[in-house]
Amino acid sequence: MAPKDLMIGHPLSSKAHAKHALLYMWKIRKFEDAVEDLFGRGMMHGTMHLSVGQEASPTGVCMALKITDQITSTHRGHGHCIAKGADLTRMIAELLGKEIGYCGGRGGSMHIADVETGNLGANGIVAGGIPIATGAALASKLQKNENVVVSFFGDGALNEGAFHEAANMAAIWKLPVVFVCENNKYGMSNSTEKAFALENLADRGLGYGIPGVTVDGNDVVAVYEAAEQAVQRARNSGGPTLIECVTYRWKGHSRSDKNLYRTKEEIDEWKTKEPIAKFMSLIHEKNLLTQEEMDAVQQQATDEIIAAVNESVKAKAADPAGLEAAVFNAVM
Amino acid sequence: MLTMAEAVREAMTIAMEERPEVFLMGEDVGVYGGAFGVSAGMYEKFGADRVIDTPISELGYIGAAVGAALSGMRPIAEIQFSDFSAQAMDQIANQAAKIHFMLGGALHVPMVIRAPQGSGTGAAAQHSQIVENWFTNVPGLKVVVPSNPADAKGLLLSAIDDPNPVVFLEHKLLYKTPGWEPVPEGNARIPLGVSRVVRTGKDLTIVATGIMVKKSLEVADKLSAEGIEVTVIDPRTISPLDMSTTFESVDLTGRLLVVQEGPSHGGFINEVIAQVAGSHVFGSLKAPIKKVAGLNIPIPYAPQLEKAAVPQVEDIYAAANEIVKTWR
Repeated sequence: MAPKDLMIGHPLSSKAHAKHALLYMWKIRKFEDAVEDLFGRGMMHGTMHLSVGQEASPTGVCMALKITDQITSTHRGHGHCIAKGADLTRMIAELLGKEIGYCGGRGGSMHIADVETGNLGANGIVAGGIPIATGAALASKLQKNENVVVSFFGDGALNEGAFHEAANMAAIWKLPVVFVCENNKYGMSNSTEKAFALENLADRGLGYGIPGVTVDGNDVVAVYEAAEQAVQRARNSGGPTLIECVTYRWKGHSRSDKNLYRTKEEIDEWKTKEPIAKFMSLIHEKNLLTQEEMDAVQQQATDEIIAAVNESVKAKAADPAGLEAAVFNAVM
Repeated sequence: MLTMAEAVREAMTIAMEERPEVFLMGEDVGVYGGAFGVSAGMYEKFGADRVIDTPISELGYIGAAVGAALSGMRPIAEIQFSDFSAQAMDQIANQAAKIHFMLGGALHVPMVIRAPQGSGTGAAAQHSQIVENWFTNVPGLKVVVPSNPADAKGLLLSAIDDPNPVVFLEHKLLYKTPGWEPVPEGNARIPLGVSRVVRTGKDLTIVATGIMVKKSLEVADKLSAEGIEVTVIDPRTISPLDMSTTFESVDLTGRLLVVQEGPSHGGFINEVIAQVAGSHVFGSLKAPIKKVAGLNIPIPYAPQLEKAAVPQVEDIYAAANEIVKTWR
């Protein structure tokens, strides 16, 4: 089945768009809850990086993208993957080390890619995906196919050399790439206040001649509007944009995090600014969906995640037999 | 007779004429023609979109080559001196090498990283080392080390066709010299992962790559005049490593000498030794296996120091002579 575009357009432009934005934010939230639960019950091994509280930026950005547009993602990448349209069962199955998982159990949480939906892969190396996205954008320019590439990364990545080198190349060659920095305030335990001498991280674009925009990363509408402008600019050969989505990570960096570097008050305060409630109040203001409709959307997300978990749990475990043969692609 | 630089240029030109998705990128590969002149004239022939001058950003443009490869292109990325690949190591070792395996085979990375390596130009420690063994311990990379123009051309054509990342390391002292045989015309490929018997003899097997093949052939000539016949095997691809030819040869000669320019510790020649020692031909050995390799030091500057750091013809001769004459 040829993949179809997901819903493209402004999250408040119709009932369908509002439902889509709400559904995808819920799917991300419920997915992360399920992952945490599977971990807690000892059904998943390794580690996990949850994006609870950060659902608006992947959802808003991906509503500005066509299915042929591409993304690169990060170690905290479940949300990007879902928002670009990945199959939930194959995602959960990957995390459970199953054969039907996206990577056949070889990659796990940090390495899910989905060619069908233009997802070039999550990445365990901070900023590792930024030069790759830039190169995919170079391919798009050379092939004249008008695809745009979005590179998602965190605040920490802005201090990696890979960002600087890639941003400069994207700027000098006017490549169709959008750099989306999800500033969730901490690179593991290191706060942005400690790691940057900048107020707005988007100002980093200035040094490369790239427009930088800072938006409320918990407002799916603001994210969409900034992304839409940047994507159009990229598609029309205007070159890259750096978007800073200011958001907050509710959970620890990974499972070993004891939250020693921040206070409970700070976490609680950010929970009052959470993206889903924020969007629901906008929907309510605009009278786009009734409470019953919104409840139904939430239920749909829950049902989809439960179905994905149930199917994955039953699936066949990945087999070590083929490992050595999987290192290289057979010569075509 | 073409030189190595001309043979590499010819392979790139043929591949770019055959396939629109092949392009060259790197520092000063355009109008300048590359630091060693390898891409001279290609910018004029193919234009700025296919011979792309990059900023001095090895991490950035090697990563861009990875991304372009994921999106249907076949980049050839030149690193001006292979020493600078250290700048790009994340994209080479963590991204290009692992993507196909780690992402479950959904994506692949058809790209070639070409770079000169090796000592002999008085450029000191950061422009002279042999880096091949940095890459042989990274599963997912193919590592090619051509020893002569004819092989360089055929191997590079195959490397560009290959759907996996290939690190292609050219010895900079070979760029301006012709090989020992003419470079075949046209687009004939030489498959990766197949060793070559460069010379056949019954008394000793020498396994060497890159410039050490040429030096080993000199030694073989010298020994031949003394009545000793040497087989010289060039694996050409050191990862994956084709050992079958070496096993067969050692079975016949009973003596093995392995040679590399890079530092002795950790080089691919140690893998050759380990495999022979652990194989069915072990019982055929009439002499202890010997290796000749670079010293475990950074390449020094002054000519006499630089020479002392890496194997010379005399060193290979001495080792070969010792094996054959002590263990008759």
